[in-house]
Amino acid sequence: MHDTAHAAAHHGPPTTFIRKHVFSLDHKVIGKQYYGLGLAAVIIGMVLSWLMRIHLGWTNYAIPGLHLLSKNGAPGDLMTPELYLQLMTMHATFMVFFVLTVAPFAAFGNFFIPIHTGAEDMPFPHFNMMSFWTTFVAFCVMLLSFFVGDGPTLGGWTQYAPLSAVGSVAGPGQGAGVVIWATSIAIFCVGQLFGSLNFIPNILDLRCKGLSMWRLPLPTWAWFITSCMGLTAFSVLMPACILLILDHVAGTSFFVASNLVINDQLQPHSGGSTLLWQHLFWFFGHPEVYVAIVPGMGIVSHVLITNMRKPMLSHRVLVHSMGALAVLSYMVYGHHMFVSGMNPVSSVLFSFPTLLITIPSTIIVLIWIGSLYGAKLRINSASLFALGFISLFITGGLSGFFLAQPSIQILLHATYFVVAHFHFTMAIAAIFGIFSGTYFWFPKMWGRMMNETLGKVHFWCTFVGVYCVFMPMHYLGLAGNVRRYSSFPADYMAPLVGVHQFITIAALFTGAAQLIFFYNFIHSRFWGPPAPDNPWQGTSLEWSTTSPPPWDNFGGRHMVVYHDPYQYGVQSSTGDYVMQDSPEQVKTENEEP
Amino acid sequence: MAKFFAITILVITILSAIPIVRNTWHPVENVSTHGQAIDNQLDDTMWEAGLSFLASQILLAWFIWRFSGNRPGEKSKNFPGGAAGLVAGAIILVGVEVFALGIFGVKAWGNIYFTQPSANAIPVQVQAGQFAFYFRYPGPDGTFGPIHPDKISEATQNFFGLDPDSDPDSKDDIVTAEMAIPVNKEIRLLMHAKDVSHSFYVPALRIHQDFVPGLDLQLHFTASKIGRYEIVCSQLCGLGHYNMKAYLSVLSQADYDDWLKKEAAMQ
Repeated sequence: MHDTAHAAAHHGPPTTFIRKHVFSLDHKVIGKQYYGLGLAAVIIGMVLSWLMRIHLGWTNYAIPGLHLLSKNGAPGDLMTPELYLQLMTMHATFMVFFVLTVAPFAAFGNFFIPIHTGAEDMPFPHFNMMSFWTTFVAFCVMLLSFFVGDGPTLGGWTQYAPLSAVGSVAGPGQGAGVVIWATSIAIFCVGQLFGSLNFIPNILDLRCKGLSMWRLPLPTWAWFITSCMGLTAFSVLMPACILLILDHVAGTSFFVASNLVINDQLQPHSGGSTLLWQHLFWFFGHPEVYVAIVPGMGIVSHVLITNMRKPMLSHRVLVHSMGALAVLSYMVYGHHMFVSGMNPVSSVLFSFPTLLITIPSTIIVLIWIGSLYGAKLRINSASLFALGFISLFITGGLSGFFLAQPSIQILLHATYFVVAHFHFTMAIAAIFGIFSGTYFWFPKMWGRMMNETLGKVHFWCTFVGVYCVFMPMHYLGLAGNVRRYSSFPADYMAPLVGVHQFITIAALFTGAAQLIFFYNFIHSRFWGPPAPDNPWQGTSLEWSTTSPPPWDNFGGRHMVVYHDPYQYGVQSSTGDYVMQDSPEQVKTENEEP
Repeated sequence: MAKFFAITILVITILSAIPIVRNTWHPVENVSTHGQAIDNQLDDTMWEAGLSFLASQILLAWFIWRFSGNRPGEKSKNFPGGAAGLVAGAIILVGVEVFALGIFGVKAWGNIYFTQPSANAIPVQVQAGQFAFYFRYPGPDGTFGPIHPDKISEATQNFFGLDPDSDPDSKDDIVTAEMAIPVNKEIRLLMHAKDVSHSFYVPALRIHQDFVPGLDLQLHFTASKIGRYEIVCSQLCGLGHYNMKAYLSVLSQADYDDWLKKEAAMQ
C-alpha cells in the first residue's frame, strides 16, 4: 500500500486532441474506449443472432439484403448452411471476446480500479493504452474475415481441430478465415495480458493510505480475481492460436493426426493430436466463462448494496467464494470434453470438481438473497438489472447440475440445453451485470443521468424477453435437439421447429428492446441532466470525486480511507451512510474483523 | 414496482416449470439396456435442480416483495443466523446433493465405459466422414480387413479404403449406409473418423460419443426394442453437419440375418 503521492500519475493532463481522445493514457478514457468497442461488438453480435434466428425459424425465408454479407453464402438472399455456421461463429466470437470480456472487465475495470484504489492512474499508462489499441486491432482483424477469401471461418468459436487446422479443403472459411480468426484472437490475448498486468499491480501496490485489501469494494475484488484468471487463461490460448496458425502456414501437425482423408485427398499431416487443441482451448475456455461472469458478480453486489442501504451479509465470504470459483475453474474444464474421446476415467475426475463448483456458486446466491432480508431496497434501473442478474444466474447455474454429470451429458451434450445453460450464465447474466453497471455508473462516467423510465421499460422487455428466448432451449435440449444445425432434417427434431419459431419471435422482440437502451444511452450522453457527484448516496471512492472525475481522479487530493467500503444503515452527518474517505467515526455493526 | 417484479419472477418460474412437470418435451424413448440408469439419473437431477430452482426463485421474489421501499420506522436487519448459517447450509445441503448425484452418476456412466464387451459381442465398425456415416460388418471370417487411407474414395465408393485383392480379410467385409443390429444382442462398436471430428449420437440408445481422428474408439451396447432409430452427428464437422445422419434398424435375429445376407450379396 502506498500513499498516492508515491503512486502519482505518470503523465500530466492531456493537452492535445489525440492524447485526450485517441491515444489517451488516462484510464478513464481507455475504459470508455473499451465500453464503446463493446457496444460496437454487441451490435454486430446481436444482428448476426437475429439473422441466425430468422433462418432457424423460417429456413426458406429470404432475408432482404443478406447477399451483401456474403458473396456466395446467400444466393437469392437465402442463407446457405455454410453462411449460417459462419454467422454463428462470428456471433459467438464477437460476443465472448469483444463484449463479455471487454465490457464488464476491461471497460468498467479500467475506469474504476484506479478510482476505487484512490490512485491517479494505472501503474503503466502506456501499456494500458496499448492494451486497448491492441484489442482494437484484434477487433478490426476479426471484421476483416468478412471481406477476405470465402468469408469467416465456420468452425464455431471453439475451432475444434482438425476441422480448423487442415485449410480450405475442410470447407468455406477454413483457410484464410481460420488464420484471420486465430491471428485476431492471439492479438486479443496480448491486449488482455497488457490489461491484467496493469490491473493486478494497481490493486496490489497503488492503494491509497488506509485502504487495506479487505476495504476494497467488491467489483475491484472481482476485477482482481478476473485479472489473475485472464493472466493465466489468455497466456494458454495465445500460443494455442499460434500453433493453429503454424498448422496452416508452416506445414506443422500439432493438431492434425496422420492419414486423414478429406474430399478424397490424403492430408499431408502426420502425428498431431486432435484432443490437444480441445485441452488447450478449454483450459482457457472455462476460466473465460468466469472472466465473463465474475466481474458481473462484483458489479451487482456493489449496486445491490447501495440500493439495499445495507452491506452484504459477509463481504469476505463473497470474496472467498469468487476466489474459489476462479481456482476451481481450472479444474473443471474437462466437462466440456466428457464425450470427446478422452479417457472416460478423466470424465469422472472432472465431474466432481464441476459438481463442487456449485457450492461457492450457491453460497454467493444465498448471500445475495439473504442480504435482501431486512433491506430497504430501492427499485431503479440499476437495481432491477442486478436483481434480474440473480434470477438468471440461479436458472443458468442450476442447469449446470445436469451438465456436470458425464452420464447425463450422453443425452444433453451438444444440444440446445448447453446453449441455454451458457447463455443464461456467461452471456445474459453477464450482460445484465453490464446493464446494471451502466445504469449505476453512467453519471460518474459521463457526468449525466440516464432516463430512469426508459431504463425500466428496457429492463422489463429484456428480462421477460430473455426468459422467452432461452428457457425453451432447455426443452429443446431435453428432446435431443442438436445445436449448430442450420436446419433440422432429422425426423425426431422436426416437431421442434415451432419452438424455434417462438424463440425467434422472442429474440427479435428482445433485440428490438435494446434500441430503447441505445436511445437512452446516446440521448443521456449529450442531453441528460447533469449528474451530481454522488447521485445514489454511495460510499466508495468513486462517489468522493466529481462526475465525471478530473484527469487525475481526485483533483490533486491524496485520498485516505477510514472505513470498510459499505458503511450503510448507520447514523452519520450525511444520512444513513459514511463515505470511505470520511474521517467521521460512527457506531456500526457492519465492519468485519 | 418491486411487487410487480416479484410477481413477474413467480410467473416466469411457474411457466418455466409447467412443461417439465407435464413432460411436454422429453428424450425419445430409451431402447438400450443401459439407458434406464441414465434416465433415472436425469430424473433425480431434475427433481433436485427443479426444487432448488423453485425454492430460490420464490425466495428471491418474496424478499424483493417484502423488503423493498424505505419503510420509515423499520430498522435494517440481518438474516437470522447471518452468513455462517447460509454458508453451512450451502456446504452441507449442496455438498450432499452433488456428492450423491456424482456417485450415482458414475454408476450410470460406468455401465457403458467401465465394463468390457462380452467375447461374443457382434462387431460393427462405423466410419464418420463429411457428411455421412458408413458401417462395416466383418463377414463370415469375423475379421475386418485393414483400412488403407490412400485408397479411400467417395468417387469409387471405396468408403473404407479396402483392398480385397491384397487383403483376404477384406474380401467378405460388408459395407453399408445404414446400420442394422439384432435385438437383445450385445454390439461392439468400433469408431473410426476419416477426416475431422464427428459424433455418434443415438438418443434412443443413450449413446453419444465423438469420433477422434487418429484415435479409434470402442463402445458396447445392447438394444432392447425392435424399431428404426436415428443416428445424428453432434460435433460440428463442416457445412453439411446439420444433414449428417443415418438410420439404425434394430431387427429380430431372423430379419437381421436376412438383411446381412442381402447386403453381402450387393457388395
